[in-house]
Order: sequence, then structure tokens, then C-alpha cells
Amino acid sequence: MATQTQPPAGTGTAPALQRHRGFFEVMQDWITTVDHKKIGIMYITYALIFLLVAGVEALLIRIQLAVPNNTFVSPEVFNRLFTMHGTTMVFFVGMPILFGFGNYLVPLMVGARDMAFPRLNAFSFWISAFGGMLLYFSYFAGSGLYGAGTAPDVGWFAYAPLTARVFSPGHSTDYWTFSIFLSGIGSIGTALNIVATTLCMRCPGMKLNRMPLLVWLYLVTSGLVFVTISPLTAAQIMLCIDRYLGGHFFDTQAGGSAVLWMHFFWIFGHPEVYILVLPAFAFANEIIPVFSRKAIFGYPAMVAATVGIGFISLSVWAHHMFTVGMGPGPNAFFTFSTMVIAVPTGIKIFNWLATLWGGNIHFTVPMMFSIAFLFQFLIAGLTGIILSVSPFDWQLGNSYFVVAHFHYVLVGAILFMIFAAFYYWYPKMSGRMLSNALGKWHFWLFFIGFHLTFDFMHVPGLMGMPRRIYTYEADRGWGFWNLIVSSGAIFQAVAVLIFAYNLVVSYFKGETAGPDPWDAWTLEWSTSSPPPSYNFAVIPTVESRRPLWDLKHPEEPDSQYE
Amino acid sequence: MSFAATQTTVEGTLPISWSGHEMALGALNFFAHLTRLPAHNPAPLPALFHALLSALLIDQPPTSLFAPEATPAHYIFDLSMLVLAICTAIFLVVAGLLAYALVRFRHRRGFTVREPAQIYGSTQVELSWTVIPILIVVVLFLATARVIFVTENAPHPSNALNVVVIGHQYWWEYRYPKLGIVTANELHVPVSDPHHTRPTYLTMSSADTDHSFWVPRLAGKMDVIPNKVNVMWIDPEKAGLFLGQCAQYCGVEHAKMLIRVYADAPADFAKWAAEQARPAVQDPSAAEGRAVFERNACINCHTISGTLAHGTFGPNLSHLASRDTIASGSVPLNPANLRAFIDDPAHFKPGVLMPAMHLNQHDLDAVTKYLMTLH
Amino acid sequence: MSTAVAVPHQPVEGWHEPSRGVVGMVCLIIAESAIFVIFVVAYLYYIGKSLTGPYPHDVLELPIFATVCLLSSSVTVHFAVHELRAARVARSAWWLAATVLLGSIFIGFTAMEWYQLIYHDGLTIRTNLFGTTFYSLVGLHASHVIVGLIMLGLTLIFAIAGKVTQQHAERLEVLSLYWHFVDAVWVVVFTVVYIVGR
Repeated sequence: MATQTQPPAGTGTAPALQRHRGFFEVMQDWITTVDHKKIGIMYITYALIFLLVAGVEALLIRIQLAVPNNTFVSPEVFNRLFTMHGTTMVFFVGMPILFGFGNYLVPLMVGARDMAFPRLNAFSFWISAFGGMLLYFSYFAGSGLYGAGTAPDVGWFAYAPLTARVFSPGHSTDYWTFSIFLSGIGSIGTALNIVATTLCMRCPGMKLNRMPLLVWLYLVTSGLVFVTISPLTAAQIMLCIDRYLGGHFFDTQAGGSAVLWMHFFWIFGHPEVYILVLPAFAFANEIIPVFSRKAIFGYPAMVAATVGIGFISLSVWAHHMFTVGMGPGPNAFFTFSTMVIAVPTGIKIFNWLATLWGGNIHFTVPMMFSIAFLFQFLIAGLTGIILSVSPFDWQLGNSYFVVAHFHYVLVGAILFMIFAAFYYWYPKMSGRMLSNALGKWHFWLFFIGFHLTFDFMHVPGLMGMPRRIYTYEADRGWGFWNLIVSSGAIFQAVAVLIFAYNLVVSYFKGETAGPDPWDAWTLEWSTSSPPPSYNFAVIPTVESRRPLWDLKHPEEPDSQYE
Repeated sequence: MSFAATQTTVEGTLPISWSGHEMALGALNFFAHLTRLPAHNPAPLPALFHALLSALLIDQPPTSLFAPEATPAHYIFDLSMLVLAICTAIFLVVAGLLAYALVRFRHRRGFTVREPAQIYGSTQVELSWTVIPILIVVVLFLATARVIFVTENAPHPSNALNVVVIGHQYWWEYRYPKLGIVTANELHVPVSDPHHTRPTYLTMSSADTDHSFWVPRLAGKMDVIPNKVNVMWIDPEKAGLFLGQCAQYCGVEHAKMLIRVYADAPADFAKWAAEQARPAVQDPSAAEGRAVFERNACINCHTISGTLAHGTFGPNLSHLASRDTIASGSVPLNPANLRAFIDDPAHFKPGVLMPAMHLNQHDLDAVTKYLMTLH
Repeated sequence: MSTAVAVPHQPVEGWHEPSRGVVGMVCLIIAESAIFVIFVVAYLYYIGKSLTGPYPHDVLELPIFATVCLLSSSVTVHFAVHELRAARVARSAWWLAATVLLGSIFIGFTAMEWYQLIYHDGLTIRTNLFGTTFYSLVGLHASHVIVGLIMLGLTLIFAIAGKVTQQHAERLEVLSLYWHFVDAVWVVVFTVVYIVGR
């Protein structure tokens, strides 16, 4: 792999060209910026902080569950911990980190100078950031005031009527509602920006079928955001009307329906997980080809599969409701639609396999995370198929098997690819390479911890352990497995700390990256690392899907095959 | 349950065209042989897995999914074996190919060709790996649909025992309307002999938030939702105690909303039912305790038949002493525990909705003694 | 690679991309439509399920005049855009004024209807399922109309102050798209509440 160390004059890294600036000046620059790159970095940094916080919440949960009848935390605290852990991870880690990468990369990859609406971009970030602050303010706000409630404890999906005033007095549920409502506005704003940038600001020659797959995936993700976040926003407005204006949307005593909340929530909730996973696929589509030294196999099929997944994901939501008593017809329909979505998803895995096949595979740190992603996502998809079989879900639903499955997707697939994306694009964002040695420690420790925790977590589920219980009886036989699960958490915690250390230390002491350390092929690698605020000195023109490949291999350009 | 009954059920409910209908029935017929129903005639494949699992987990946990002891649980177990087999096969093939590719095509030192051949796609290959998964999905879906309809549309025989289940925060209320019984937390049902089946039908709803009734060895779970009535059935095939617990987060003490299902031989069940239907025991030696009960707030929430207490917010205590546990299965019933519970329920179940009764020691002893006489 | 590979930049024949404003507004409309769909679904689901009265057929009357006003305002705003594109700012301002007037009449009639329902028929948001779903859905729509009126009103003020020129025609078109959306939603709400639900 070409890793030169001396950047030539003229493409010099940005810091060398700037005069020394005071702390407040730098702060003001970042707070008032509308530059998509800085906003992207802010989203990512913000999400990393919340990753650490929610990770601590997870550690506390695992300590409490390590042995039966434990009294490490009270049931009230435990219920707040799992609610906050889930809510934080989905809305204040997953969404911001993926939008952060999207913000940074999409304009660069389409050859634009910024997003379509830079001020909307900044507004979206700050309102999302405020949402996260509001959620965590709940820990401080209610203490000492009996009945005012502290952090929400209704679970991240906040089923009705548990969220009604009568069952959740005080304001803890309202913190949940408002913080997510605000960050939802931010998500819609960012998605709007991505769509407008992709459709309206591609550089000349970049037809839609020449966009990098990452851009396609973010386009579909953003389209999903519009029809996904809105149902949750609507349901939350209804919840507030119930709680404060005396409405009866979910008031079962007045004839309202608890199941209606479930439908509305999962019409959001299921496509939401696709919003989280499609960007992970986007990273895989960029990273795996570069380290296999081959073009992605089956670009049109990948686009079609992505669009297919986007549409089908809107029709599977009630597989979260197989045990609710919808009747055999709906149960069968949602079983079918959930199984069907496995087909385009499987196609993607096969395309990645075919990309590796016949390649020249380099096991760099981003590639190691990507390979782990491939195996782990395969397993996660298969446990998803297992759960889609609704009679089996009547046993496995709401058990630790489900918790294991979705963590396999969220951590094993998505977080692993996020780590890969960090190692791959950090050089572009900062001008420095992350430490390889620390990266390998990070990978192996996290890999071991992940498998200790989430492989064995399937077992208590198969043994009848439901989720969201603060403790369990000793006679159920779950204690041994829970202890192993909890032990894995420690490895993961150490690995993430090593990663955080790597991020900070490499910024100051890492090897200089140069514009194109990985010998890659998309437009972001044609500008300096980090890019200047205007991205490109001159807006490029492209003739194929891999403009840099064409330039590096003039005898064999992509453009002759497309 | 004959397959003819299954066919009629499916016919009535699957909205497909005539020729598709015949194809579907043919396919279903094929799957009937793969995952043979009913449970007392198990297909060889699930039986083998069952034996293997039993050998591996010698003493299967009380709530294991792999130790089915009633028909719905058997249906699910048999189907799960097919699903797990298919998924394992897919994993071995795909992961095997991935592992092979990573080894075979790894970068080796001295590998001189700079870039390998760029292959952009292959219609043939892509078509085959689209068609094969579609076929697998069809197989899996048909096998699944059969079990869905057979379980959910099972005919409700006239000799079935009907129990009304009401979920509360954080206990279970059981009513046997035809037998005049109201009890709590410990569900007694008759064993169902495969030759003279007598299933128990549970008609369920909630008095407050969402709950879920889950006893893994007997059946899949069914949610218990306010303003909605759900029905499920169980038919335990041997006598014994089956454990489970609430499986839908319902508040602070969700974890301690345990379920105990006692499957009794028919004669034992009849005896139990007769005892439960009697009014509460009036033991003169416990009269003082009864007076304490009746003059305190206990009567606002609890019912003891034949006394002043008619409250329905909390469990019916008429035959409390006939139960093995209190606090919805989480505390063994003995005088010491009962006394401690009445004194401060939050000691066992912090957040439970019963308040501490603040009785003095003397009244506490008396009322405990009284309650322990309620067989 | 040690050097940043310089990507060439020849001009490309016929390279056209859609307008950012229009694409952005379409995205916003899709998102808002999804919110309305959920409220409409809730309304439809709860038809006939109120445990107590008053019931829709007791208290609702078809708001024909208000509907005609609102739908006409789509026509007037269309002409406002057309005139601005042709650089006739003054005429455009008149059409804008008509739009604002018609929209305000619609809101006025809604307010009168609600006054009648609350004070004479005893229907509030907490009365029953009909009350909850009615005020939520109609109120959500009305709030979107009000936001539109504020935007149109500001544009009218800027036009009267002489700050609006032909160059702003595309922005006015984007705003008019929002207004058309609001009218389309009213067609759905009207059908669901006053025809299907009554």
C-alpha cells in the first residue's frame, strides 16, 4: 500500500498555512461555521461523547445482571439505565455519527463545495445537539423533587399506556419526547440537505449512475428519513396531547388503543434501523473494494438492492408485534415481508464476497473491521430470519435473543463499520494517520469482547429470559451465561478507550497522511488532507464511477467498461 | 388434530387464486411431512435434535424453549428445528466462501501484479444468487404460515377449560367463570391426555399497562393489553409446575411478575377447584386477625369471600394459604415472609403498588396468623 | 499517492440539474405528508369508537365556503408566481394579497367553527376520541396554514416595500409549492373528517 510521507508543496496541509489563532477565535469559528466538513466533525465528536456515556450505562446494566438477585442498582435506576442507553445509542450516537460522516463525505464525493443549504445544515446540528443535552438534563432536573421524575424509565420505545400521566407522573417521559422530537427536526434537515446536494450539485459528468455507492446509500437513507422520522414525530405530538391536553389517543380507558402507539412507533422504528444500517453498507461499499484492489462487483445490482431495501423496509414493521394478537393474516403477511427483505440484503453480502474474490486483499485496520462486519452481519441477518418466523418469535420475542440479535446488527455490523470508516477517513479529515498498532489492539480487544457478550447473549434468550428485567431468579439457569455476557463488556470498554486515545494522540503525533494514503479512487482523495474550506480548487469533471482509477490507469479506465 | 382440519382452515383464510391455492396446499402437504403435527407423533428430525439437546443440557432449565411440554410449544419447537437447520446451512456455505476468499486472495509479499483483474459484474451469477434465496424464502414462509394458522385457528373444543387472565401491575389475576373461582398468581389447569385432549383456553386482557404471558415450555407468549382481548391455549401433557414470567415491560417491578402454572391430574384438578370454589375458611382461633384485616385499609384492595373485604385492586386472598408463593411467585409463602411482606412490601419488591400497612407488631402477628388459615 | 491527482475539468454538454429550492421543498412536503398521514390514520381508526358524545353527525357542518376560499387561494398564488416571473411585481403583489385574504378567511371560519363546537356543543379535545382526533388533525392543518400565511404575508410586505424583483420568482414558486401542499392536505382532511367520518 502506497503510504508516502512527504506532501509536496502546493497541496500542503491546512495548519501549516494558517497563522496562530486564539482559543476563542477557534471556538467562534466552529460554533458559527456552516462548512459541511466542520459540521460533520462536530456531529461525529458529539456522538463519540455520547457513545462513552451510553457505554457506561451499558456497563452498569451488565454489572447488575451479572449474577441473579443482584442489588447493585435499584429497579428504578435500572429501568432508567436501559431506557437512556437505548435512547442515547439510537438517537444521539447512531444518527449523529452517521449523519456526520454523510455531511463530511457527500459533498466531497460529488465534487461540490458544500451542502445545498449550509445554514440549514448548521441549524440541524445545533438542534440535534440541544436535544441530546435536554435528554441528559433530565438526570439533574428532577432529583430532589418527589414526583417530578428524573431520567425517563419507559423503555426506548415508550409503549402506551405506560407513558400516560397516570402511570408515568412527573416529566421524565416528557424529556424523552421532547429531546427526540428536536433531534428529529435536525435529522429531517440533514436528510433534506443530502437529497438536495445529491440531486442538484453533482459535478459535471457525474450522472446518477456514476455516483459513488456511498452517495446512493445516503440518498436512499435520506429518503427513508422523511417517511420514517415523521411518524414518530406525529406519535409524540399525540402523546403530548394525551399527557397535557387531556387527549385520548392512547388512553385505553376512553376507548383508545395501546396497539395504535405500537403501530406508529414501529412504522418509525423499523425503517429507523435501516437508516442506521444503510450508511454502514455505504462505508463497506467504499472500503472493501479499495483494500481488495477491485471495483465493487455489481454496481447496478447494489443500487437496485438498496432502493429495494428502502421500500420493503416500510412494510415489515409489525414483525415487532407478532405477540400482540393481530391475528394469523397480519402475522403471516409480516413474516413474508420480513423474509423478502432478506433477498436484497443477501445480494449485497454476495456482491461484497464477489468483490473480494479474485482480489489482492490487504488486511489494514479498516479492512479488518470490514471483514468482521461481513461475518457478523451475516449472522445478524440469519438471526433476523429466525425471528421473522412468527411462531418462533412467539417464544423468542421480547427475550434476550432479540437483544442479542439487534446488538449484533448495531454493534457487530454498524459500529464495526463505523470504526472502519474512522480508520479510513480520519487521515482525510485530520491530515494524520491513526496509529496502526493501537488500531490492532482496538480491533482484537473489541472483537473478543463483542463475541463474548453478544454470542453468548443468545443463550439466555433460548432459555426463556425476557428483556428489561432488573434481576432474575437463581433457579432459571441464566446466571452462568449472564456472567460471561457481562465479562465481555469489560473488553469492549477497554477497546473503546484505546480507540479514543488513538484519535487524540494521532492528531498530534500521527504520521502525515497526504491526500491519498490508501491509493483510492473517489473524488475526496483528489484534494488535500484535510481539504481546504472550498474543497476543490476547480470543480472536477468525471467520466466514470472511479475518476481517480481512470487517471491512475489510463490504459484501462473504468469509462471503457461502463 | 387431523390434517383435513388444517386444510379447511387454510382454505378459509389464505387469499390466493385457485391454481395458486392448489399449489400452496401441495406445498403445505410436503411441509406437513417435514414438520409433522400433532406433537405426539414427532418427525424423526426434531426428535433427534431434541435428544441431542437433552444430552447436552442434561438438566434443561425450567424455561427452556427446547423442552416443549404442550402442543403449541411442540409446534414451535418442530418449526424452529427446520429454521435453525436452514440458517446453519446458509451460514456454513457463505461464511465458508468468505473465509476461503480471504485466505486464497490475500496479499502476499512479492505479489507482483499491481492490480488484479477488475470484474464489474456477471448477470448469470447475480441471477442465481437472487433466485436461490427467493426459493429458500418461499420454503420457509410456507412452513411458517402453516404453523401460524394451525395454532391461531385451532378449533375451541366444548370440553376446554376457560380461564380469564387479567394482568395487573405486578400480579396475575385468574378467574374461572364456569367454576366460580377467582384466584391470583398461581394458575391451576388440568393435564391434557393426548387421547382425550382437554386444552385450557386463556382469555386475556390487562387492567392497566401492557404485559405478556409467557410460559416457554407450554406455548409462545401472548401480550396482555388493556382494552384488547387476546386468546391463547395450552394443553400440558404431564403433571408438574411450569414457570414463566411477564414478558412486556410494564413498570418498576416487571421483573418480579412471575408466572406459575400447575398442571394437575384431572382428579387433583377437580379437588383443587372444589376447594377454591368454597367460601373462605372461618377459623374461630384466627378471629382477631380477621378483625384486624376488616378494620384496616386491606379491604379496599383485597377480597376474602364471606367477609367485609370486596376490593379488586389487589389479589383475591380467599385461599391465600393454598398457594406456594406470594408477591406473584417471587417470595415463598411462609408465616415469616408473609409477615415481613405485610409490614413492608417494598422490602421484597421495591415499587410494588401495595403500601406498607404500618400495623403494630401485635396486629401484624394476628393478621398473619389469620391469612395463614385461609386454605 | 504522494501527489493529489488533479482531476480534469472539461465542460460537459447539456449538464442540467434540478433547482435546489424545489428539491428541498419537495423533501419537506414528503416529510410533512408523512406526519399528516399518521394523524389521518388515527382519525380513521377511531371513527365510531368514541364512548360518549357529541358525535360527528351531531355537530359537524360542511365548511363549503371556507374550502372554496382556500382552494381558490392556490389559484391566486399560482398567478402571483406567474406575474413575478414576467417581472410584473405590482400585479404579483395583488395576487399575493388575494391569497393572504382568502387564506385568512379560511382561518377565520375555522375559528368560528371551533368556537361553536367548544362553547355551544361542548366538544373539546378531551371530551372523547372524536374531539381528540378532530382538533388534532384540523388543528395541525390550521397551524400549517398559519405558517404559510405568515410567509406569504412577509413576502407581500417585502413586495409592497419594493424589495421583490423578478429574480425572486423561483423562491416565490418554492413557497407556492408549500401553499399548494397545504391545500392538498385540506382536500384529504375535508374528505376524511366531513364526509367519511360523519
